[in-house]
Order: sequence, then C-alpha cells, then structure tokens
Amino acid sequence: MAHLLALLKKELLLEWRMRTALQGMLLYVVSTIFVCYLSFRLKTGAMGVPTWNALFWIILLFVATTAISKSFYQESANRQFYYYFLCNPEEIIFSKIIYNALVVSVLGLLCLAFYLLVMGNPIADLGLFVLNLVVGSVGFSSTLTLVSGITQKAGNSTTLMAILGFPIILPLLLMLIKVSRNAIDGLPWSDSQDELLVLGALNMVVLACSYILFPYLWRS
Amino acid sequence: MVLKGFWWKILCMALLSYTILAGFLGVVPRRFILNESIRNLYFHVPMWFGMIFLLLASSVASILYLKKGKNRHDRFASQAANTGIVFGILGLVTGMVWAKYTWGSYWSGDPKQNASAIGMLIYLAYFVLRGSLEDPQKKARISAVYNIFAFAMLIPLLFILPRLTDSLHPGNGGNPGFNSYDLDSNMRKVFYPAVVGWTLLGFWITDIRIRISKIEEALDYE
Repeated sequence: MAHLLALLKKELLLEWRMRTALQGMLLYVVSTIFVCYLSFRLKTGAMGVPTWNALFWIILLFVATTAISKSFYQESANRQFYYYFLCNPEEIIFSKIIYNALVVSVLGLLCLAFYLLVMGNPIADLGLFVLNLVVGSVGFSSTLTLVSGITQKAGNSTTLMAILGFPIILPLLLMLIKVSRNAIDGLPWSDSQDELLVLGALNMVVLACSYILFPYLWRS
Repeated sequence: MVLKGFWWKILCMALLSYTILAGFLGVVPRRFILNESIRNLYFHVPMWFGMIFLLLASSVASILYLKKGKNRHDRFASQAANTGIVFGILGLVTGMVWAKYTWGSYWSGDPKQNASAIGMLIYLAYFVLRGSLEDPQKKARISAVYNIFAFAMLIPLLFILPRLTDSLHPGNGGNPGFNSYDLDSNMRKVFYPAVVGWTLLGFWITDIRIRISKIEEALDYE
C-alpha cells in the first residue's frame, strides 16, 4: 500500500513537472471538439440527441486512448526496470490505473464542459451524466492501461493500441452510451441501475484481469 | 493433446455424414417465415458453437502457457484461435445468406451479427499482435495475455449486446424459433449430433494445422 501511494505520487509529480504533455492533451480535447463542431456545421443545439451522445463518447474514447497510450513509454526502460526491482507488478499496474483514471476523469470533465459550450446542452440530469462519466473514465483507464502495457512490449505502435483496445472496450462503451442517454432524457436513476451495476461488474472483471495478467506481461 | 488416438475422427465423420444426410432429407416442421430454411439450424448454428468452443480452448491453452511455459500450449492457442476465426467467418456467411432470404438483407444490425463481427475483430487483432512481435517467447507470452483478456471481455459482450436491441434471430422478439418449447424433437436428434460433429471437425483441423506448423518450424530451423 505504501508502495502504491509512493508510485502514485511519483506519477503525479512527473506529470506536474512535465506539464507539456498535459497541456498537449487539453489542446487535443479542444481541437477535436472544435473540428467536430465545424464539420457538423451546427448552430448550437441543432444536433440530434443520439448523434450528440455518440459523438461525445467517441471523442472521449480517442482522448482516453491517446492519453493512456503513453503510460508506459514516458520513462526509460532502465528506470522501469528499477521500479520493478523495488515493487510488485500488481502495485505498478494499480498505480498506473489509478493515475490514468484521474487523468481521464479530469480530461473527461473538461471535455464535457467545452462540449456543452459549443454543442449545446441537452442533458436533463447532469448528476447522473457526470457519475457515468467518472465510472466510464475508470473503465477506460483500467482496460486501456493493460492494453498499453501489451503494446509497449510490441514496439508501441498507435495502430496496435487502437486495434487491440477498441473491440475490447466495446461492451463498456455501449453500456456507457446507454446510461448517458438515460441521463440526457432525465429518466429516474432506477432505470439506469441495471446498467450501472453491469458497468461496475465489467470494471471488476477488467481489474481482476489486470491484477492476474500484468505480472506475466512484466516478466519479459 | 487431449484427444488421443483416432476414435474421435471416426466419430466426427460419422456424425457429420449423419448430419448432412438427415439434415437435407429428414422431416422438418413447417414454420412461418422459416420454411425449408430451418435446415440452416444444422449448419449455421453449430458454426457458432464450434467457434465458442475453439476460442474457449484457445484461452485455456493460453492460461496453461502462462502457468507452465510449454511451447505446445502456445501453438495450440494460436492454431485454435485460427480455426475459431474460420468457423466464425463461415458462421457469418451462412447466416448472411440465410438472412437475405428470411430477413430481407444481408446485414440487419442484429446483436448476434454484431457480436460475432466484434469477435472477429478481436481475434484478427490477436494475429496482428503476434505478427508484430519477433522474439518467439515474448510473442507467446504477450499474445497469451491478450488472448485471455480478450476472451474475458468477449463473454460479457455476448450477454450485453442482446439487452440493448431486439434480435431478429428465431426464438427472439416474437420470431418463431427453436426455443426449448418449439424445437421439434425430430430436429434435436440432428441438431445435437451436428454441434458435436462440427466442433470435433474444428479440433481436427486445429490438430492438422498444429502438425503443419511444427513441420514448418523444423524446416526453418534447418
């Protein structure tokens, strides 16, 4: 646990000292949304709700993939070897997952704010939408962190990250889109209860897989 | 290998001959929409069963590889996934031809169609991953990790997708089908042997492919 916290602190410090990466991601979010906005040539709020919803999650998926794909090659191989010498692989993967979940949640919230600004706001139940967004960020980060560990071993190509990650993340993405549609329509929370439970269960499956599989990944 | 000897190959041939004979000549119940195309039950549906069994075997082999590090487990995992993909594509094609005549179009966004298309994407990506790794040991271990992870995510997908939209498949959403209450007992007599027969054929093909890959490896070594 102490290791976990130390690793997490290290990740945050590293990010804070190399702020260009974070700034880069923020700019990525803003310009992607702006490209979408101009491509659809919208007057604010004129987009259909299903398109609005799907587009938001697709943008967030790409943002998360780009942000997480760098999680293993930021540091040199030698230094990684040093960490692995000091800590368990489980601590390393969990620290990365927690850290990525934080980053993706923050990026997701900023993405939502800017998206609402330019694309209009059809959301009736903002609380549920934000809750769903945070659950989704945790899910994205836990799934994609393991995938990024895999691609790092295979030469870290962006193509590989996408083709390995996207089909696997689909069950998660579909549930998220469903819940956020409920939030937009302002349905009572009890209608989304099942989906939120499934989302929680999926996150548990992914975390368990990461916990079991990452040590093998590391051994090479 | 689990299946030793050749008794299961003979069993496979016998079951498949029976499937083809009884499948085309046997009596089938008349059902609205389906009519004679109900015979696809003996050929299309077992492809899915075969695919799932092969992919399950593949991920079990991957688990064994990670535990024991034996080369043969890795070889089995990759070849079983390969055959699984072939079965999946055959299942998609037989389903699409059938759908054209019963549902009106080749692709109708049916959840089962989508799930299988996603399954194909996952396992094709598995082979791209294998192709991009040079070192054989590293290739075996990393692709085993992905294989297990992918299968663990494929299972919820198969259960989640149908909850989101109604399926056009027989037996779902009010379509006449082969559910427990209306799968004709005559059809069961052909359907269950067909599932076993086609699955055994899948393992047979895998077995042959494993031997081919061993020969290729030996030739490369020389």
